[in-house]
Amino acid sequence: MRVKDKGLINRAVPLRFTFDGRHYEGFQGDTLASALLANDVRLVGRSFKYHRPRGILTAGSEEPNALMTITDRAEPNVRATVQELYQGLSAKSQNNWPSLARDALSVNDLMAPFLSAGFYYKTFMWPRAFWERVYEPLIRRAAGLGALDKTHNPDLYEKAYAFCDVLIIGAGPAGLMAALTAGRAGARVILADEDSLMGGRLNSETYQIGDHTGQDWAAAAVSELTAMDNVRLMPRTTVTGAYDQGTYGALERVAHHIAKPADDLPLECFWRIVAKRAILCAGSLERPIAFPMNDRPGIMTASAVRSYLNRYGVAPGKSIAIYGNNDNAHQTAHDLAAAGVKVAAVIDSRADAQVQGDFPVYTGAEVINTTGRLGLEEILVRHNGENLMVNADCLAMSGGWNPTVHLTCHMNGRPVWRDGILAFVPADDAIPGLSVAGAARGIFSTRGCLQDGAKTAVQVLDDLGVKAQADVPEAEETPYQISPLWAVPGKGRAWLDFQNDVTVKDVKQAAAENFRSVEHMKRYTTQGMATDQGKNSNVGALAVLADVTGRAIPETGTTTFRPPFSPVSIAAMGAGGQGKGFAPERFTTSHLPSIQRAAPMIEAGLWYRPSYFPMPGEQTWRESCDREVNMVRTKVGICDVSTLGKIDIQGPDAAEFLDFVYTNTFSTLKVGRVRYGLMLREDGYVMDDGTTARLGDHHYVMTTTTAAAGQVMRHLEFVHQCLKPKLNVRFISVTEQWAQFAVAGPRARDVLNALLDDPIDNDSFPFMACGQVKVAGTPGRLFRISFSGEHAYEVAVPARYGESLFRLLCAQAEAMGGGPYGMEALNVLRIEKGFVTHSEIHGRTTAFDIGAERMVSAKKDCIGKTMAARPGLIDDDREQLVGLKPAGAVKQLIAGGHLFAPGAEAVRVNSQGYVTSVGYSPTLDCYLGLGFLKNGRARHGERVKMVDHLKGVETLCEVCDPVFFDPEGGRLRG
Amino acid sequence: MRITCPICGERDRREFYYQGAAVALDRPAPDAGPQAWDDYVHLRDNPAGRTRDLWFHEMGCGAWIVVERDTVIHEVYSTELAEKAAR
Repeated sequence: MRVKDKGLINRAVPLRFTFDGRHYEGFQGDTLASALLANDVRLVGRSFKYHRPRGILTAGSEEPNALMTITDRAEPNVRATVQELYQGLSAKSQNNWPSLARDALSVNDLMAPFLSAGFYYKTFMWPRAFWERVYEPLIRRAAGLGALDKTHNPDLYEKAYAFCDVLIIGAGPAGLMAALTAGRAGARVILADEDSLMGGRLNSETYQIGDHTGQDWAAAAVSELTAMDNVRLMPRTTVTGAYDQGTYGALERVAHHIAKPADDLPLECFWRIVAKRAILCAGSLERPIAFPMNDRPGIMTASAVRSYLNRYGVAPGKSIAIYGNNDNAHQTAHDLAAAGVKVAAVIDSRADAQVQGDFPVYTGAEVINTTGRLGLEEILVRHNGENLMVNADCLAMSGGWNPTVHLTCHMNGRPVWRDGILAFVPADDAIPGLSVAGAARGIFSTRGCLQDGAKTAVQVLDDLGVKAQADVPEAEETPYQISPLWAVPGKGRAWLDFQNDVTVKDVKQAAAENFRSVEHMKRYTTQGMATDQGKNSNVGALAVLADVTGRAIPETGTTTFRPPFSPVSIAAMGAGGQGKGFAPERFTTSHLPSIQRAAPMIEAGLWYRPSYFPMPGEQTWRESCDREVNMVRTKVGICDVSTLGKIDIQGPDAAEFLDFVYTNTFSTLKVGRVRYGLMLREDGYVMDDGTTARLGDHHYVMTTTTAAAGQVMRHLEFVHQCLKPKLNVRFISVTEQWAQFAVAGPRARDVLNALLDDPIDNDSFPFMACGQVKVAGTPGRLFRISFSGEHAYEVAVPARYGESLFRLLCAQAEAMGGGPYGMEALNVLRIEKGFVTHSEIHGRTTAFDIGAERMVSAKKDCIGKTMAARPGLIDDDREQLVGLKPAGAVKQLIAGGHLFAPGAEAVRVNSQGYVTSVGYSPTLDCYLGLGFLKNGRARHGERVKMVDHLKGVETLCEVCDPVFFDPEGGRLRG
Repeated sequence: MRITCPICGERDRREFYYQGAAVALDRPAPDAGPQAWDDYVHLRDNPAGRTRDLWFHEMGCGAWIVVERDTVIHEVYSTELAEKAAR
């Protein structure tokens, strides 16, 4: 029900919305919760376990009951108290069937005596086979929150970083005052508040500050701060976690409140805010009271009733009763009476409470029962030994206030109990660099909060070397008096944790079953494990546990609050990490011409490389691959090899450095020559291989395997900076600066000479030569190296010329009966020659294993040399690189298959090795394999059995030298 | 977590690659014997408290950095270029 002339809503802008299919109207400035209450909708959800009818309990992010699905974007578990109303919003209730008012599973409520704490653990024990197939689906169906929409999430999410001198968390009286003090002093300030409207409780109360209402003062403070260039206001932003070195996580709800957000507007943004200092002004949260049947729709916290009245102009009932144990609750009655709303009664548990007002007052009284099936109708009050009925459709309860200590616990800080306010306050210095001010540290008066905010800001700024002055207006200073009231005895259940349906009885039962530690009690009862993370229930449950175990509250303990303060969607935390954000695409300069030739792409790390280049009439990849292999062996082929890592190495000590990272020697390499190098890890295993060219006395270019480029770069920097810092040498990755193409085959030189300004011959450019060339007028580099075993070159030009050079090379090659070839053919060509890749140097093989032990120079030290000489790494019985050819009726070889003696049973203990690479060789007309076999080099000519259990293939193989084709290398030099 | 790169200043830890204990700086001589090499390559302490380890400013300037920090309270006490620490 709306109340005239109250609230900060804009009555000139009505907004239509639907809830469970019914149409309602609210105003700009409403939350979904306030708009529902304005339309007298009290029943908004069903509880998790008993399917009890539930209403709105709070007016903030701690709401446990009013969780809804916003059907506009199929987003479940949205708290109606946080969701701002917009035109056309559509919401539906959760966890009920067939409808909210007639929920079939409300029979669970009748079963409540059997569904107490530990019920699941005790009941769904046998048979074990039922755990996953029967019990879990059953429980998941019955108990639940909103359902996930399993379609792709189309919303945009963003992440961002921000930096400041002072981060102020919470924009209530303390936060605004701290921000004003710091902002006026010129510090870089970020003020973050989870609400859309800054001001905190000032917007929900009727306090005066100076000559203004609290609401007006807050609005003026926000205007002043908005005008300051050094202050950034972040409304709708919840600081969710405190992390090391002044880093804070924060979730900004960017577009949840907009009816039709622009296409490029993210729904949420996850911020990482780095602050030199921070001030926590998060305020406090009001506690419910655990009295019998305290969960009916219409029963809410007293502060929520004041919020709905003063901020939203809504009376949550026609006849409202108030029940509390502290003076603060009385304000509710005064505000309601002043607004003309009927106050049914004020019930105060304290016999000596002083309450003035034109309404019934019961002191020293307690609420012992309530009635009303789908919403509160009557309250049974025990007063002076007598029971009396109070008619009310809303009950405002206040069990006192808990300072919002959560962030101070995120780095293991344990809050401290303070008897005077019956609540935990933050421990000192719980988070390095974080100070706490105002209600968050138990200062509950407006005057106290304003002064504490200013004082804390002055101290913090003083630490930062900034002089600031406190200029604090006058405000009310009502003493806060409270006496303990945790659980009211009586018939019927008294809820502590509304969302997870944990009652006083459950906590008592946990204690009786010896779950006396608060952490055990929590897990046994599930108290505090709902989406509100115990914000409403932790202290109450702790008090009940303390009582039944005969301990004081501080010695019973406190539960640990962990990040996030309130739920954060995974999509926001992982913003930018979906799809291509997770795996960006790297394209070579020949990507477009390759796509134009209909080449299917294969991923190599993040790179995309062509698998093969299909020609008309080719039905399978094998036909294309076989053709391309033949083409390279008989004519000429072009292949983009730009993805290999290229590291430019320069400096007077470059040669000495390379001698130390490579097993073989590079200081003896002549300028204008290339050498194959092998690199070990310090533990003696092979790290990577590749060719390195010497372009000058002090200038080398190293190539690495595509996938190992980053690792090798890091390794070179490590070896230089950490082990050989005195060597004068520098490295830079030039992988993306040079486009490089292999030109391979008998006609390779003819193709190149058609494009080079100065033609080459075998004398000017012999095998393993390198040098500067001009390619069609463009300066480039030429390397006579071969990964195919053919007469071959790699030609490199600056990347911007890559595409046109690829097109030119292909055109020249095609004129000679050749053309481009892809990864499949490249792989077959290198297997035919027994060249290793990371299939073979996979991190568990040594130079000895791949037959390259002679490449480890005896004349010098190098990385990995000492450890590679360990007896176990040069044992003849190690698995050594061999070639494999089918030798029986079955002709297929499969990479990953294991090798066995022909007569042995194909079980793990009999495995003598495995196959690493396989390809069909059109040159030799059979499958060829590379693999590792125990003592393999001494077993050439023997037969072994390859078995692939997954594919059910068993092939008899002949063991042979890994170099299948042209072992003398005559074609290379031709 | 924030790490101060001696060259670039204070940076988010996401810019750094973590290597492990700064033991890696003290490479034994080739003839130091199996025990020294085993210690160097394989054996690491796992302290609850102060530790010195190596980080690589991979997304920044490419400096290897020795970071002295506390594994329990996460305080970073000092950072130093590895090439200085190695000398």
